[in-house]
Amino acid sequence: MGEEIAFWICALLAVIGALGMVLSKKAVHSALWVANTMINLAVLYALLGATFLSLVQIIVYTGAVMMLFLFVLMIVGVDASDSLVESIKGQRLLAVLAALGVGGLMASAIGAATISTVGVDAANAKWGGNLQGLAQLIFGRYLLAFETTSALLITAALGAMVLAHRERFTPRPSQRELSIRRFQSVSGHKSSLPASGTYATHNAVDTPALLPDGSLAELSVPAALRARGTLRKDMHADVAEVTTLAEGGAAIVGGSSDSNGATGGDAV
Amino acid sequence: MSALLAATSGLGMFGTDPIWITIIKVVFIFVFLLTFTLFNIWFERRIVSFMQMRIGPNRTGPQGLLQSLMDAMKLMFKQEIVPKAADRPVFFLAPIISAFTAFMGFAVIPMGPTVSMFGHTTPLQLVDFPVATLYVVAIASIGIYGIVLAGWASGSTYALLGGIRSSAQMISYEIPMGLSFVAVFLYAGSISTSEIVTAQQRAWYAVLLLPSFIIYVTSMVGETNRAPFDLPEAESELVGGFHTEYSSMKFAMFFLAEYINMATVAAVATTLFLGGWRAPWPISLWSGANQGWLPMLWFVIKIVFFQFIFIWLRGTLPRYRYDQFMRFGWKVLIPVSIGWIMVVSTVRGLRNNVDLSGGSLITRVGVPVAVLLLLWTLIEEIRERRAARRSEVDALPPYDAFAGGHPVPRLPGQEIGSRPIDILMNERNSTQEVPGA
Repeated sequence: MGEEIAFWICALLAVIGALGMVLSKKAVHSALWVANTMINLAVLYALLGATFLSLVQIIVYTGAVMMLFLFVLMIVGVDASDSLVESIKGQRLLAVLAALGVGGLMASAIGAATISTVGVDAANAKWGGNLQGLAQLIFGRYLLAFETTSALLITAALGAMVLAHRERFTPRPSQRELSIRRFQSVSGHKSSLPASGTYATHNAVDTPALLPDGSLAELSVPAALRARGTLRKDMHADVAEVTTLAEGGAAIVGGSSDSNGATGGDAV
Repeated sequence: MSALLAATSGLGMFGTDPIWITIIKVVFIFVFLLTFTLFNIWFERRIVSFMQMRIGPNRTGPQGLLQSLMDAMKLMFKQEIVPKAADRPVFFLAPIISAFTAFMGFAVIPMGPTVSMFGHTTPLQLVDFPVATLYVVAIASIGIYGIVLAGWASGSTYALLGGIRSSAQMISYEIPMGLSFVAVFLYAGSISTSEIVTAQQRAWYAVLLLPSFIIYVTSMVGETNRAPFDLPEAESELVGGFHTEYSSMKFAMFFLAEYINMATVAAVATTLFLGGWRAPWPISLWSGANQGWLPMLWFVIKIVFFQFIFIWLRGTLPRYRYDQFMRFGWKVLIPVSIGWIMVVSTVRGLRNNVDLSGGSLITRVGVPVAVLLLLWTLIEEIRERRAARRSEVDALPPYDAFAGGHPVPRLPGQEIGSRPIDILMNERNSTQEVPGA
């Protein structure tokens, strides 16, 4: 009874996830729907007695494969939505054919399962447990297929590495070497760059600090902002405002605590 | 006695509880984790304060114990801010995933042996099944989604960078983590947590499988985003990382999830390597130490011990640079774990199939080979470093007292030319007193 209730909940959620994946406009939302479907399928596997498969489904597919998809999609950014222009000719026709093929495969597999039912429980009982049975089959009867698959995956990973590999002509400078180079160079800052200015009205990164002579320290603003030209240069009004405020403040402080100010001055 | 042992071991005892006992256990785990988090935050602040010669929170409640409770209350009533650029549904979903999965992992952790609870004999563990340890890994891998999605949905560069870092980091460190489990599975002959605890009756796997233990402890720090591996929330680089844009209750959920995850990975380390709820050695000689409710105390002490290690690391080590961190994971931890698993499975396989006494096999073949390999790598490493340093020194230009137009001291290993000014400056620099020397 409990199993059936769980099946209907998870199956429904899995189908909703699949639909959501197709219908979402943002790629990241699609990826999330797929993750939802995968997790619900994992629960279904667990209900059917295949606990190992269900956990591996979550660890490998939800945790690693989907996460790598997300990793790539995230770099695209939050506002990006996919273009709906078909870039491969006849893509829709091929998709329909592939869907029909998968449907046919599934129908035949499910049909075959209903004709002669063994059931996971019976299969598990044969080896003394689900895990033991899987181990016997993977490392026994299907060893060659298993190893071939792993070889295929390793080849793919190796291929990706070869494609992404870039030969360096010179060794990469280490942190130490870069530091030595920085200190040996005549121009440029030896320490970190000056911080952006802090004023009563602005403390944003686009507000440069003031040098002792009143000119702007342009290095205190990030290079990207400098290149974009969004530097806040017109600060005379601000400086004037701060100055008047400071003068007023000094007057207030001087007025209220005259004697203290005097003794303080003496001490200095 | 043997009947008792049969009842306290094996997976048959799970799934037989009446529903109300299951509910008690669920509520207990929930309350335990919440209280432990409150304690843990206080514990961390006090220990870090001690290490930095400060006092830390000591005003609210006895010894400041209620400080984290008050902070949590305050956090709940703070203003909730959602950035304009945020992807709202995902922005809301992310902290829920984080907190929800954090609670789930603890379900398979054995906190004690079978006890009598209102007339029912039941193990102090919510649930166990043949692949329970993998369940913890699976839940952890779902938990990553919370952080990654938070980073993406915030619509902010800092948060996005934090999210990207954390997805790469957690995937990378899950591999050595999983590999460190393999040796334990091989020795325990089981993946179920309660059976692994039973298998450690005679010796802890932290002793038997020390390399696995070290690898696990290292990767668990990376997995929980704690210092020195806290790159997804590196405040000097990314403001707050993935939770930069989060405030109020949602931020509290991330905070909670981080501390519960610390407790969970510590509980897994305890279960897999430190004998779970079993009493540590001198106490374990007393036969009553492993019976009844008392083992829960050992369990909690072991978890707190791991929290102390977390805090100690945080108080001691500076943050890794991101590329160093990834290099360490992929080029040190993973190869070392694979090599170690090969050694373990070879010894295990020989013991199972060939009639050799394992001890003599290890001492005759394994240890000399391992020592030779280790020595060889060490010597190679030292040689390489020396060569690198020598080439660096060779690359130094001869001493120029006014290089770049400023008077400069001579660098160690730098040649002095024949210019009188250089010799004079070098003598002046070397005869000057160093303040404080």
